[in-house]
Amino acid sequence: MKDNKKQYWKGLEELKNDPEFVKYADKEFPEYLPINNRSTEGDEAVGSSRRDFLKLMGFGVAAASLAACEAPIRKAIPYLNKPVDVDPGVANYYASAYVQGGDYCSVVVKTREGRPIKIEGNKLSKISQGGVSAQVEASVLSLYDDERLKHPYINGEKATWQDVDKEVIGKLNSVSGTGGKISIVSNTVLSPSTKAVVEEFKAKFSNVEHVIYDTYSALGIRKANEATFGKAIVPSYDFSKAQVIASFGADFLGTWISPIEFTKQYSKTRKISKGNAKMSRHYQFESNLSLTGANADYRSPTKPSQEGLAVAQLYNLIAAKAGVSGSAVKIDGVQHLEKAANDLWASRGKSLVVSGSNDSAVQAVVNGINQLLGNYGSTIDIDLPVNYRQGDDTQMNTFVESLKQGGVAAVIFLGSNPVYNHPKGGEIASALEKAKLKLSTASTMDETAALCDIVAPDHHYLESWNDASPRSGTYSLVQPVIRPLFDTRQAQESLLIWAGNNTEYYEYLRNYWNTNFYANQSSQIGFQSFWDKTLHDGIYEHKASVDTTDADDTVSSSDETVADISQAFAQIQKNYKADNTGIELALYQKVAIGDGSQANNPWLQEMPDPVTKATWDNYLTISQAMAAELGVAQKEGDTNLVNLTVGGQSYEVPVVIQPGQAKGTVGLALGYGRKNAGKVANEIGLDAYPFVTTLNGSISYNMSEGVTVEATGKSYQVARTQTHQTIMGRTILQEAYLPEYEKNPSAGRSFPKIATSTGKKSPYDVTLWKGHKYENHHWGLVVDLNSCTGCSACTISCQAENNVPVVGKEEVLNRREMHWIRIDRYYSSPEGASEYKDLEKAADNPEVTFQPMMCQHCNNAPCETVCPVAATTHSSEGLNQMTYNRCIGTRYCANNCPYKVRRFNWFKYHDNRQFADVNTSMNNNLGKMVLNPDVTVRSRGVMEKCSFCVQRIQAGKLEAKKEGRRPQDGEIDVACASSCPADALVFGDMNDPKSKISQMLKLDKTENGVKVGEERAYHVLEEISVKPNVSYLTKIRNKDVADKEA
Amino acid sequence: MQVTSSVRKPLVTGGKTTHDVTEDICRQVEGKPTKTWMLAMAISLGFLAVGCYTLFYTLWDGIGMWGLNKTIGWAWDITNFVWWVGIGHAGTLISAILLLFRQKWRMSINRAAEAMTIFAVICAACFPMIHMGRLWLGFYWALPLPNTFGSLWVNFNSPLLWDVFAISTYFSVSLVFWYIGLIPDFATIRDRATNKISKAVYSALSFGWDGAAKTWARYESVALILAGLATPLVLSVHTIVSFDFATSVIPGWHTTIFPPYFVAGAIFSGFAMVLTLLLITRKVYKLEDYITINHIELMNIIVMVTGSIVGVAYITELFIAWYSGVEYEQYAFLNRATGPYAWAYWSMMTCNVISPQLFWFKKIRTSLVATFVLSIVVNIGMWFERFVIIVTSLHRDYLPSSWAMFTPTFYDVGDYLLTFGLFFTCFFLFAKFFPVINMAEVKSIIKSDSLKEK
Repeated sequence: MKDNKKQYWKGLEELKNDPEFVKYADKEFPEYLPINNRSTEGDEAVGSSRRDFLKLMGFGVAAASLAACEAPIRKAIPYLNKPVDVDPGVANYYASAYVQGGDYCSVVVKTREGRPIKIEGNKLSKISQGGVSAQVEASVLSLYDDERLKHPYINGEKATWQDVDKEVIGKLNSVSGTGGKISIVSNTVLSPSTKAVVEEFKAKFSNVEHVIYDTYSALGIRKANEATFGKAIVPSYDFSKAQVIASFGADFLGTWISPIEFTKQYSKTRKISKGNAKMSRHYQFESNLSLTGANADYRSPTKPSQEGLAVAQLYNLIAAKAGVSGSAVKIDGVQHLEKAANDLWASRGKSLVVSGSNDSAVQAVVNGINQLLGNYGSTIDIDLPVNYRQGDDTQMNTFVESLKQGGVAAVIFLGSNPVYNHPKGGEIASALEKAKLKLSTASTMDETAALCDIVAPDHHYLESWNDASPRSGTYSLVQPVIRPLFDTRQAQESLLIWAGNNTEYYEYLRNYWNTNFYANQSSQIGFQSFWDKTLHDGIYEHKASVDTTDADDTVSSSDETVADISQAFAQIQKNYKADNTGIELALYQKVAIGDGSQANNPWLQEMPDPVTKATWDNYLTISQAMAAELGVAQKEGDTNLVNLTVGGQSYEVPVVIQPGQAKGTVGLALGYGRKNAGKVANEIGLDAYPFVTTLNGSISYNMSEGVTVEATGKSYQVARTQTHQTIMGRTILQEAYLPEYEKNPSAGRSFPKIATSTGKKSPYDVTLWKGHKYENHHWGLVVDLNSCTGCSACTISCQAENNVPVVGKEEVLNRREMHWIRIDRYYSSPEGASEYKDLEKAADNPEVTFQPMMCQHCNNAPCETVCPVAATTHSSEGLNQMTYNRCIGTRYCANNCPYKVRRFNWFKYHDNRQFADVNTSMNNNLGKMVLNPDVTVRSRGVMEKCSFCVQRIQAGKLEAKKEGRRPQDGEIDVACASSCPADALVFGDMNDPKSKISQMLKLDKTENGVKVGEERAYHVLEEISVKPNVSYLTKIRNKDVADKEA
Repeated sequence: MQVTSSVRKPLVTGGKTTHDVTEDICRQVEGKPTKTWMLAMAISLGFLAVGCYTLFYTLWDGIGMWGLNKTIGWAWDITNFVWWVGIGHAGTLISAILLLFRQKWRMSINRAAEAMTIFAVICAACFPMIHMGRLWLGFYWALPLPNTFGSLWVNFNSPLLWDVFAISTYFSVSLVFWYIGLIPDFATIRDRATNKISKAVYSALSFGWDGAAKTWARYESVALILAGLATPLVLSVHTIVSFDFATSVIPGWHTTIFPPYFVAGAIFSGFAMVLTLLLITRKVYKLEDYITINHIELMNIIVMVTGSIVGVAYITELFIAWYSGVEYEQYAFLNRATGPYAWAYWSMMTCNVISPQLFWFKKIRTSLVATFVLSIVVNIGMWFERFVIIVTSLHRDYLPSSWAMFTPTFYDVGDYLLTFGLFFTCFFLFAKFFPVINMAEVKSIIKSDSLKEK
């Protein structure tokens, strides 16, 4: 140190030894600081003044307390290298396709900062046409399921993919070497390239069998078509062309084959206006009250044991009209059957008969009816088969037998879970030991995967490349919208690797498309542009194969080609009875839970069943008559357990009394009772798959024998979001029959009047309020009660868009579900009921109405006036806005809301252990990725409600502003309306005379305000003059007026 | 001094002298706490402890701890609030309105009644506080304070805000009125105090009262002014509370009869509560000569009259529901009487309309046991009245899809017990440390009859 001669200066002043500097050198602070300065000034300069002291102390205290208020640290990491198309705060949309077994929907995925957060329908698709279902909407949450497998497993231990590949290839080679059979078990595979992969796998190893089964089989249709037309296919149906529809137990709006597509088509026939007072007439013959049955004009409760006979009888009736001989198989007394026959015959060629039965004999007769009616070529296209249901029950049964006998050496469950969702799951589970290699590509440790040696988890569809062909000639691409979250690998890629092909599946897919599709088209030049176009659109239609229908009209309307179905009649005679006295069980799928593969999705578990309005449970639906016999009572959530005995085995199940349930039948849903689905779904409800039997060579979901139901007297609670079932004669629902509407477009409307000193006036003309002026936009929503099917896709869409929490069964029982849009379902009361006590009861076979209910955005909002802190206010565009961070939670607004659409945060639903197992999207870091960053997650103690997706309105307006124009109609759409497969909800600017909503309502601006010209349009509760911005269009039933008494 | 009729019965019996008055009242303050008092205090504190436990969890976990739901946003909370506010009406009515009407019999009961008012209003004020989802913000956001949120102001249209003003005004005026009355009596106790601590405390409480003629004159005028101020408040508070319901759109709430009906109901329940408390105090403190059967009878007559007003209001509501022709209104009232909560409606009808009619019988209205039982019955009935109005109107309003039932939880009950604990703890402390009868005033009426002093 001593050698160090270097000298350091504080500054130039010190170096120069400036006298000024030397003078103050010993002072800590330079003289110009005000503390010292002040002391030298003034007369009584004695150090710092009191003022300085107070100033400094004030600053010090403030600084100290500010420093103490430490904000929680949230890490926000900026992009080091920003991806070209990812801008913070700007959403990107990618076309893809939802594929779950044989279920398909063309979708557009909204991503924010690289996270998929919302599924929208793809309007370019001719199949789903922009519609989605609740299951499709909810699938984005399944992506962020924390219980998805995060890496492969070998014998229950964590493994690497190298180990897995080594192990699998080794075992496959040894099995193959000894000539052992390798079975690939999957559900329907919509993807043509995957089929090619399987073929490649088959080529590599000898003796490979691809076993396909469906969780809800439609083999009966395929077998019947094979018998009738020689083609074992499921045809495509077009409900939009059908003027008369008769469905025997086919829930085509809810769960049957392709419900989104059918809802789109069906809803087109339910749109009605003064100029076009025509709509389809829909007959439904079924035992459980399904979503489809609830929408039917005429619904006849029919026992499953009578179903075949009813179809046969319809054949006889139609045949009599067609002058063809019928059969001796018949049944009398099925309500509305003759009427249906008359109507079907009257609109032959433009009618459609479908059956949900999986009995090929019944389906063969249905084919016969459609042939007699000449529906082939118009409403049914046998040349344009759909691929949704390829499962073969027989093949699956053979596989199970062979597995039991040790005939299967290796089994690969390609995304399938037969141990749970196949009726022989129990047998498979116990026989699996006999296979040398048991492998599953399931993405969760499901019932089947748990029994496998090797689990090679597949990506979620939102992480995968894939393709799909829902029907011949129509193709979709599935593209990843996020990098794989975990160490998973696409199942197809796994198969390729095991088959010795090390091409990436993406390359494989491109090559496949290049050779198979690019070559057959001519609109795009160059494969890349063809690929880009398809990827952008999400769909590709092969014109040539689509056009074959029109060109090749071989099996069109001609009754001479009616196939010989006498054998079918004989089987029906044998298998069905008109007078079964025993209790019959009809298994069905719920709109939300379906086959149970997405059961671990809390959005779906908490979605109220469209018909029963029950959540989080499986239950036996019983008729009102049976409830009276059993002495079962139901009040609010309280109900009873009964002993259900099927095939000698007894189970305790809760009951839900279901008006419309055919007498002597009970209904139970599939998809519950999961054991390995995850913490959300495990052990919820009874698993009904073991009850499934076989009839006529294919799976039957109906049990007509050996079913008993006994009361236990035990009580149980089923969480339902609606516990009062009838409308109580109120004009909240306004409805009419079609003939009445034809005569008077205002039929069914109610016009309340208020007596004043100057005579009776409309409530809207009597007001204390000045009203609002909407200079710019005036947002509104129209709900067409006639097209709404009640499918509840809007509820889940809204939940995803607006970060609506899930609250769990207990809280639903406490009547605290949080959904912003609910679908009120009302049953009609027994005929002639006028006393309130009678009006409270539902009819035995009621007319059903669905009424979507969300914040009505009242112009004279009762909520706005009562809030003490002005947390809910009216916007200049007609929105009733909720300011969460101003809300103090007095709940006065909710009490004063006549529509009861406000939802209170009773607890903290996010980051709360109490809700961790149900509200997964707000309680773990993975689940939180699904949250929409544009919408606040509400804290406890505040009120919330439908905002008309104000974030979407703002985004749309900003987009328009950037481009210096007005927002165009249709550009801004709310989540519920955009997801509606029935186009029952229409949102828009009522100030724009050209907007769809203005035209629908026929808005006419006069000096005295805006007049609504549409006769069907009404506001709910006009009498209290809250003047909602949501209008409803009356429900019109296509029934004869004479049937009002029936 | 006014002229007193020669046939008027003495207001204070037993030939008490002014000294006796001082002795009888001060004895309780100066003596050691009795075992009965200790026991009563322990029970109150027990209630308070249970209440604090449930309150803690209500605030910690959220309002979800109560039995409320999407349809029924208020139930026990606001029922309890209105019930306590109602009880808090009797004190000021007795001291203010009866003072203006020169009803001298009030003098021996007004002190306890006013104390009860103040404690009841405190209990009432608890509920609008704890029923808020975000109490920590709500307690000051509901006040029109200047703030840093820009031009953010409270909503003067909201009846809840009117409540804030009505209750706080009523509470302040009642408290001042009560305290002013206490000052001369504190001075008496101060002057008699033997130990230093009491002397210091009571001299502080008595604000240096010197008993001079001028002080007395000021005292009288302040009392009169405050009585004048308090009188409209007695009527306004419950009128405004009733606006919470009357200005809404809910059938069963949207009713113009509510203000007078609520005020009558409040006086009804307030007097019943005064009776309950005074009957006990009278017995325990042996104050039979000051709170005489005459007092009890007079109060019973008020209970009977207000009970009848309330009964007429109930029947008018039913009539108007029918006469209005409004479907929803008709259903709301039919549902009250015959729906799932009919038991609450008929409890209310029995307790409030039928039971006070028993006071037409002189034998019953002069019976201490009957009065005590009926006073409790009336308060049960008045609790049910508020429950019926709030819950049965909400649980089945416009859209049948949202109809629901309300089931109270342990936390609903616990938070109600909290206010009982609070009320009785305050009341017992008051009864022990404050003079329960206004000595100074009572001394002025011991010779108000025409009988000569013996």
